[in-house]
Amino acid sequence: MLKAFLALGVAASVFAGAANSQGMGPEDARHLLNRTGFDAQLREIDEFAKLSRREGVERLLAGVRTEARTPLPAWAKEWTDPRDIRRMSQDERQAFVRLQIERGLELKAWWLSEMLGTPSPFTERMTLFWHNHFTSSLQKVRSPPLMLRQNVLLRKHALGNFGELLHAVSKDPAMLVYLDSATNRRGQPNENFARELMELFTLGEGRYGEQDIKEAARAFTGWSIDLDNGEFLFRPRQHDDGVKTVLGRTVRNGTEVLDLLLAQPATAEYLSARLWREFVSPQPQPEELKRVAAAWRSSGYDVRAAMRALLLTPAFWAPENRAALIKSPTDLVVGTLRQLGIAVNDPLPFAFLLAHLGQNLFAPPNVKGWPGGEAWINSTTLLARKQFVERLLRADETRMVMNKNIDSLKPGARRLVQAMADLQFSGRDWLAPFEGREKMLPLVLLAAAPAGSPAGSGVDFLRALVADPVYQLK
Amino acid sequence: MKRRDFLAASVAALFSDSLLAQSSGYRRLLVLVELEGGNDGLNTVVPYADDVYHRLRPRIGIRADDVLRLDARTGLHPALKPLLPLWEARELAIVQGVGYPNPNLSHFRSIEIWDTASRSDQYLPEGWLARAFAAHPVPPQFAAGGVAVGGADIGPLAGGGTRTIALTDPEVFLRQARLANPVGKGRNNALDHILRVEAGIVEAAARLGAGVRFQTEFPRGPFGSAVRVAAQLAANPSGVAAIRLSLGGFDTHQNQPNIHQRLLGELAAGLAALKSALMEAKRWDSTLVMTYAEFGRRPQENNSNGTDHGTASAHFVAGGRVKGGLYGEAPRLAELEGGNLRHAVDFRSLYATALERWWGFSAAKALNGRFEPLDLLRA
Repeated sequence: MLKAFLALGVAASVFAGAANSQGMGPEDARHLLNRTGFDAQLREIDEFAKLSRREGVERLLAGVRTEARTPLPAWAKEWTDPRDIRRMSQDERQAFVRLQIERGLELKAWWLSEMLGTPSPFTERMTLFWHNHFTSSLQKVRSPPLMLRQNVLLRKHALGNFGELLHAVSKDPAMLVYLDSATNRRGQPNENFARELMELFTLGEGRYGEQDIKEAARAFTGWSIDLDNGEFLFRPRQHDDGVKTVLGRTVRNGTEVLDLLLAQPATAEYLSARLWREFVSPQPQPEELKRVAAAWRSSGYDVRAAMRALLLTPAFWAPENRAALIKSPTDLVVGTLRQLGIAVNDPLPFAFLLAHLGQNLFAPPNVKGWPGGEAWINSTTLLARKQFVERLLRADETRMVMNKNIDSLKPGARRLVQAMADLQFSGRDWLAPFEGREKMLPLVLLAAAPAGSPAGSGVDFLRALVADPVYQLK
Repeated sequence: MKRRDFLAASVAALFSDSLLAQSSGYRRLLVLVELEGGNDGLNTVVPYADDVYHRLRPRIGIRADDVLRLDARTGLHPALKPLLPLWEARELAIVQGVGYPNPNLSHFRSIEIWDTASRSDQYLPEGWLARAFAAHPVPPQFAAGGVAVGGADIGPLAGGGTRTIALTDPEVFLRQARLANPVGKGRNNALDHILRVEAGIVEAAARLGAGVRFQTEFPRGPFGSAVRVAAQLAANPSGVAAIRLSLGGFDTHQNQPNIHQRLLGELAAGLAALKSALMEAKRWDSTLVMTYAEFGRRPQENNSNGTDHGTASAHFVAGGRVKGGLYGEAPRLAELEGGNLRHAVDFRSLYATALERWWGFSAAKALNGRFEPLDLLRA
């Protein structure tokens, strides 16, 4: 009996050891890469398949960037004093507005370039996660340079320290405009920032009272923008230095409010739940979630610690959570372009496509961000998604059709059509690495077994796979 | 059974769904218009004779001389002029003071309360129309239960297994519908949802014919286009039960006067065009149009020439069978609660009006309770 028990123990440990040295295998590798990035190339899958899950997660974390690879647009540091805008003649103002619109488009194209080309898609997924958490919108901020600076800030801290990020975002000029901090003055508080700070950025709904918002708003009075350079400026004369009580504690200023919110366990739990829904499954498991939140808090809010804990929960790897999340428009568009290895010279058309699919970059619908999940998919967006994928796979045919009537178009439209026409995809070349490894094709393209029975060979099979409903899942 | 209970049961049976459904049902169309961001009811339906109003809004208030007077104390924002013919034809009901107890001032939470018809402290997963369609299914020969035109979310139609379609242009929809691929079985909520949408596309495409052409000129811009699509859907013989349109941008914290004027102008022109097109299609008498929003705005203007989030607000109900006039209660600006208006009419009473008086079935399941419908429809 004892012998048998020992043998069993040995067998178990040998198996565990073998799993470790043989690595996580291609299915897990595909899952990890897709869930944290946009795609999973065959060679990456082969590489990660050899690593253990922990090694795989460490490899991702080690590759994280703090700066974009794509050079910033030339106007990144420009600032126009709003008082100068008011003094402009009507023609000047129109020209100014046109320029802002153009730069707004450049901004979106710039981020798409980065997502399409980055060696660390995980960094961009996290930056996008923060963009959807600390939302600001070009529609209200109206300054592409400020929105760009915010994006640079989000990337810098994307896998840094959440406390530092929260403090920095609260003084970020785009945020100050977006949530009206700039008009939050002593005696005339504007509650917008204080409310969203608690409801959406830290505690989550229902963990504070209306009075806490009113008092916190007073604490942030005077947090403003320097009209000379567009930087954060504290205006002492607009600051209410009376006593404020937030969550039962006395605070003097906004900085203390932020620290107080960071000290609440609710903040780590709320943030962990948001990360869970982004990376693991629609329904967080309370026990495991608590562990992630605890790991995060005890690390002093190191985002890497949170992501390490999250990606190593059994739930992340559980079979029932594979293909349980719906791809965002960015996942689908950037992911498909990357997966198919399509070179994109001008990403602007895809910025428009994302907007049409419900994810207009730099312009979330409201301060709560994109609701995501099932809300991504309705009949309009599902058909547009399918049409996009279908067109890519027919890139060679559509090219000829488009070139025929391109000259009759206005310059703006011509640019879009041209950009689409420049796309090239050869199914045969793309499929070459799968020769002798045909079984890997569904694994690479679909997060789980197809819902239908895609059939055919070569490019037809490829088309059938991406037309399957499971292609919308990750 | 006690006699009183017996009587109650008989009365209930008398007004049961089957009886009422015979008289009307889903051949009557409901068009909901969401005023996204929280419309300023006080500058829409203006209590122009109230001194308190002008005191609270010295800069952004609408001057008594500028309003379109409806009676001695109530007037419309001048941008709503295109609605005057409806008012004069007594086809426009204005319900003042619509809200709910313990109002929530967050956009997301409050619109969720409106969309799901929940209490302020209650979280419901489905939209109120989705629940209504689940309890009282839309006839299978209909092209869809509800159609959300434009906009990325589907609000009151969200959730449940109902046949909901979102589209921007019916012709484009028909061309693309061949890409739908409703194959296989669901395994989790995400896949279930996708398969439901795939199947809905195939069904709707089979029933929606070519678009209808109207003499009516629709206003330019996204709201005008959405109104045109609504009119086309209404004119389609296979039928839909409800259409949701939305007009965004009402969150006027800053520089309200210009923005609000433009938005109300778009709204009024759109609704006037809707009536004109539905008259052409002979559907105006079988259509009920209702506006809604997450909240109104604070009576006291803010420091940025705008208004912050408020509570109760005024809403429009229009249609060929509407009994025009003022309903609800004029704003009591001298009796604010925490700086905001108290509500006089629960928003679920508006929904009950649509469900019980318009469609003719009990609203209990969709609204999770009993709310008194408003008496604003002709027989």
